[in-house]
Amino acid sequence: MTRIKTYFDDNPERTALISFVTAGDPTLEHTVPALHALVAGGVDILELGVPFSDPEAEGPAIQASSERALANGVTLHMVLDMVRDFRRDNTHTPVVLMGYLNSILAMPDFAAQAQQAGIDGLIMVNLPPESAADIQADLAAHDIDLIFLIAPTTTDERAQLILQRASGFAYYVSLKGITGADHLRTDDVATRLNTLRQYSQLPLCVGFGIKDAATAARVAEVADGVVVGSALVQQLAAHEGSVEQAAAALQSAAQDLRQGVDQAT
Amino acid sequence: MPGVEQAGSNYAQPSEDGQFGEFGGRYVAETLTHALDELAQLYVQAKQDPQFQQELHDDLKYYVGRPTPLYFAERLTKELGGAKVYLKREDLNHTGAHKICNTIGQALLAKRMGKPRVIAETGAGQHGVATATVAARLGLTCDVYMGAEDVERQSLNVYRMKLLGANVIPVESGSRTLKDALNEAMRDWVTNVDDTHYIIGTVAGPHPFPMLVRDFAAVIGQEARAQILELEGRLPNVAVACVGGGSNAMGLFHAFIDDVDVDLVGVEAAGRGLDTGEHAAPLNDGKVGVLHGNRTYLMADEDGQIKATHSISAGLDYPGVGPEHSYLKDIGRATYAAATDEETMAAFRLLNRTEGILAALESSHAIAWVAANAPSMQAEDIIVVNLSGRGDKDINTIAKLDNIQLT
Repeated sequence: MTRIKTYFDDNPERTALISFVTAGDPTLEHTVPALHALVAGGVDILELGVPFSDPEAEGPAIQASSERALANGVTLHMVLDMVRDFRRDNTHTPVVLMGYLNSILAMPDFAAQAQQAGIDGLIMVNLPPESAADIQADLAAHDIDLIFLIAPTTTDERAQLILQRASGFAYYVSLKGITGADHLRTDDVATRLNTLRQYSQLPLCVGFGIKDAATAARVAEVADGVVVGSALVQQLAAHEGSVEQAAAALQSAAQDLRQGVDQAT
Repeated sequence: MPGVEQAGSNYAQPSEDGQFGEFGGRYVAETLTHALDELAQLYVQAKQDPQFQQELHDDLKYYVGRPTPLYFAERLTKELGGAKVYLKREDLNHTGAHKICNTIGQALLAKRMGKPRVIAETGAGQHGVATATVAARLGLTCDVYMGAEDVERQSLNVYRMKLLGANVIPVESGSRTLKDALNEAMRDWVTNVDDTHYIIGTVAGPHPFPMLVRDFAAVIGQEARAQILELEGRLPNVAVACVGGGSNAMGLFHAFIDDVDVDLVGVEAAGRGLDTGEHAAPLNDGKVGVLHGNRTYLMADEDGQIKATHSISAGLDYPGVGPEHSYLKDIGRATYAAATDEETMAAFRLLNRTEGILAALESSHAIAWVAANAPSMQAEDIIVVNLSGRGDKDINTIAKLDNIQLT
């Protein structure tokens, strides 16, 4: 059983707050303190971005964070080391790596190494379930959930297939667009999640375009988890010069989001 | 004579889900899956629809100017002193390159889908111009993504696209070149998928693009095969073309794949030399990975990050290659050579001097292979080389190499 399942089993009434930051952004030193600060501010599940040279699905904020991280020389090995470091002080918060397939393909024993580092889940933006069988089996053998995305354009028929194959949680992409976009419509999200719930008991988390406590609150009304990324990444970028200030800003941002999420019932 | 019957009938790639062996497939953000399914379905219908085929045929004939000639390069042949060299004159297409065969086809698909807007990525600007051209003709809105660095290098084509009514959007992210333009076009498509068709410019991207771009370009090889049979009464020993993404090469190769006695040779950009790492030759010096929606050979570092590429020709300056080329390489049906910038420039000048043809720098890579290999072949041997585009767009680049300032 992964920490993700344990978390959702232990917290049936709570809406998960899920954060995204890119590993090694804005400096290598920022990441581990940032993860601890996010947890201290009320984050339940941590997504950690593996920077990639060609992040096709990302908006400007996360693209820029990826470029900064790569300029700092971040590799997948270093990302795993950051998680090992984080795990010395935190053994319970689920950590999910998010990135692009080519990074994982470059590390043939990724599943074993990721398990050893304390990773609980993996989101591959450009890996649809049809092409994921081999990787998924390898990950499952190492207790790592492969988390699939469902989009507004995904047909119901296909969504059923995705939900059958998904583990951990399903990530509903709230809008047609890239991360950090600003045309989220919570009514549409609610309608779709209601349909998806008929197919699966799996927790449904929603991301893309959730920027502040107010939006998080509206999405939390219908979702099991709310993912916030670009807004946090921008906080990190604004505090490039100080690890402590960045951590404080993230903790405060997480607290705001937490309040928003908790307002929902 | 064996192999003279219509070729390509035994070769059935890709599979229904877009796999060329282990290559190809569909590695995209989930939002695009539905649009790709729709496109694949619509394409299958269109392919079987005589009306669509007639419209495509008429456009290629009356608007593009096909068939293009297969031209015996007599003085080039004499100078090289070996195999007979025939040039498939794709430089004579409307807009000056083979690219328009694909954009015509895809624009007809966009029209059939009722999508009023098309987008494209472009490197050198040839595909952007070809897309802007068909958009103007069909009254479609057109946005072209182009790396900011390429916008500076290719100002002539940028202006051409603007004259054609297209909006050129410089891409400032990443390496500010072709691959980043492709990323940005994907981001646009994810956002505007309901009313927009993405006209990918090469045989790469997610399924069904590698298949349908190949099919639209395959007219090159179909014509060349019939033409060489008419002119020489037999098939060539070698069919050769340059390979960046690889659309002109797949277009030439496809009709010859079943003709196993015809050697298929792709020529990648060796840039400053394969051993320098400064090149764009993933089939010669790359490894298998996933980029821009498909599994293929790529130039990537040990951490899977896509490497910066170098080629004198912007159209070959791309770190990946169409997945069907990766497949043809691995099954041994095609071989892939490479030509350096220097060899390419020499070939460019050679063709100018002997035949009065100013070839694109992309196509000059294929000529460089001919210059290196024709002399050691027999006088009765035949090479068909795809002259994929004309070189007017490269005049500024070449003048700069010659230290000449054009005004």
